[in-house]
Amino acid sequence: MKKYLLCIISIAITAFLANDASAGDPSGALTYSDSIQGLKFSVNFAWTLMSAFLVFNMQVGFVFLGAGFVQKKNTLNYGAMSFMDFCAGTIVFWLFGFALMYGGSQLAPGLAHGNKFIGYSGFLLIGEAYDVHISVLWLFQMMFASTASTIVTGAIAERCKFHAHLLNSIFLCGILYPVYGHWMWGYGWLETLPFGVGARDFAGSGVVHGVGGLIAFVAAWIIGPRYGKFNPDGSSNVIRGHNLLYIIIGTLILIFGWFGFNAGSTLAVTELRVSIIATNTFLAAAAGAIVMLYISYFRTKTFGISMACNGALAGCVAITASGAYVPHWAAIVTGGIGSALTSVCLDIIENKLKIDDPVGAISVHGVNGLWGLLAVGIFSDGTYANVKGLITGSGWQLLAQFIACITLIAWCLGMGFLFLSFLKRIIGGLRDPISAEQKGLDIYEHGTGCYQ
Amino acid sequence: MIKIEAIIRDQKLTAVKDALKAIGVAGMTVSEVKGHGTQKGITEVYRDKQYTVDLLPKIKIEIITEDENMDKIIKTILDAAQTGSIGDGKIFIYDVKNVIRIRTGETGKKAI
Repeated sequence: MKKYLLCIISIAITAFLANDASAGDPSGALTYSDSIQGLKFSVNFAWTLMSAFLVFNMQVGFVFLGAGFVQKKNTLNYGAMSFMDFCAGTIVFWLFGFALMYGGSQLAPGLAHGNKFIGYSGFLLIGEAYDVHISVLWLFQMMFASTASTIVTGAIAERCKFHAHLLNSIFLCGILYPVYGHWMWGYGWLETLPFGVGARDFAGSGVVHGVGGLIAFVAAWIIGPRYGKFNPDGSSNVIRGHNLLYIIIGTLILIFGWFGFNAGSTLAVTELRVSIIATNTFLAAAAGAIVMLYISYFRTKTFGISMACNGALAGCVAITASGAYVPHWAAIVTGGIGSALTSVCLDIIENKLKIDDPVGAISVHGVNGLWGLLAVGIFSDGTYANVKGLITGSGWQLLAQFIACITLIAWCLGMGFLFLSFLKRIIGGLRDPISAEQKGLDIYEHGTGCYQ
Repeated sequence: MIKIEAIIRDQKLTAVKDALKAIGVAGMTVSEVKGHGTQKGITEVYRDKQYTVDLLPKIKIEIITEDENMDKIIKTILDAAQTGSIGDGKIFIYDVKNVIRIRTGETGKKAI
């Protein structure tokens, strides 16, 4: 362990010493000018930063959403996991995650080195990467990485060791997410596939939500269900969330953040397509919510509002990949289908696979991550970035999207299984003792409860 | 002396309390309780799945009084708390051996 630490520290110091202050533009003075071009930089910086802040705000939404879904005795633990995985993920994303993801993408100066499979420039944001362009991109992308790791929290809530979750988040933000992200966004092999324009995932249905949701699937499966969730005969019990209003508040905050998530992914407000993207985002959310609300009403004769909230988020996840490329009617169809898929998947996960997912993260994020990727290949109308889906009469884009889907599933399930099995072995199990689970993780992990 | 113990719907507390005051009942003890009777709780739906809530919130009112007031008080509680639907609750009557007022040490009827 000491050896590794020494190694990392010496690399850091060497890199720091090699830092050539004149390489990047840390002051911003070289980037900005009073010309139209300079002002374009300014307005696009403002747009992307504001979007990053909106995506940051989604963390608040996740905390509310998850806290509402868990039992009273685990509220604090949920909030703590959701917040701290973000912080731990941030550090590794700064150290090397970002460099693996965007090295070679040429999206900003200082990201020159990388191949189709992995990037290797921009470590620690020093040297050439000490630059105003990179910091904007880094902050925005950091919020995305943290979203992916926070999604996992929901599926393993109420039983996971706090430390196990932090280590999993470090793995997710440091390696798993950046590598797939590089393939899709960092000029990697998926982005440059010879079918259509190459696989496209505009704001990260697959890269962010798919990765988060699929790792949530592996984690929830390996960690096992909450104590008392399933009876010996295999039937499941209802473990009711403790505050359903939090679920609604969380969902609304998440949708608000999603405007930044999707529309901000242009990285430039001079791309006026942003208005279409923001509108598509909300249309998909609304369609998802309404479809799920009536599925719930049809099944139970009650308006299941927590289900409708899952539906709204399902719509948002589904439109994340295709929001920029599709017309408005397609956003509604994409969101509605996503919501219906979520409903089916919730059933399969709980009743067939016997996997316990307290907040429905797998069904909302995992399944719609994949559906969102495919939707790009179906509904893209060719009006933006030349992405043409089935509705224009070409199936090539769908093939590229399909390859991206298969890759995502194989990468996440494979790597997730390997890492979590390894983690389970080295830290002696991923879950807290049953006595702690019964008493509540708030007191066991944090020494005090959320409520008195 | 007797103790009248009534388990009623929580939303009927104000009506019962006011009706009892109106007929001159001086004191009562009220507690929030949970329980079920023959009906064994109700069914709710969470995330499209039905589940049984077997312990429902109820209000317990305890009144100590002289024997001759019993019928009047029972009738008052029935009138105020009855809805006719399942879950209205029950009334129990107990004998009370003695009552002691802690402040003065008085016992028996004077202490009620």
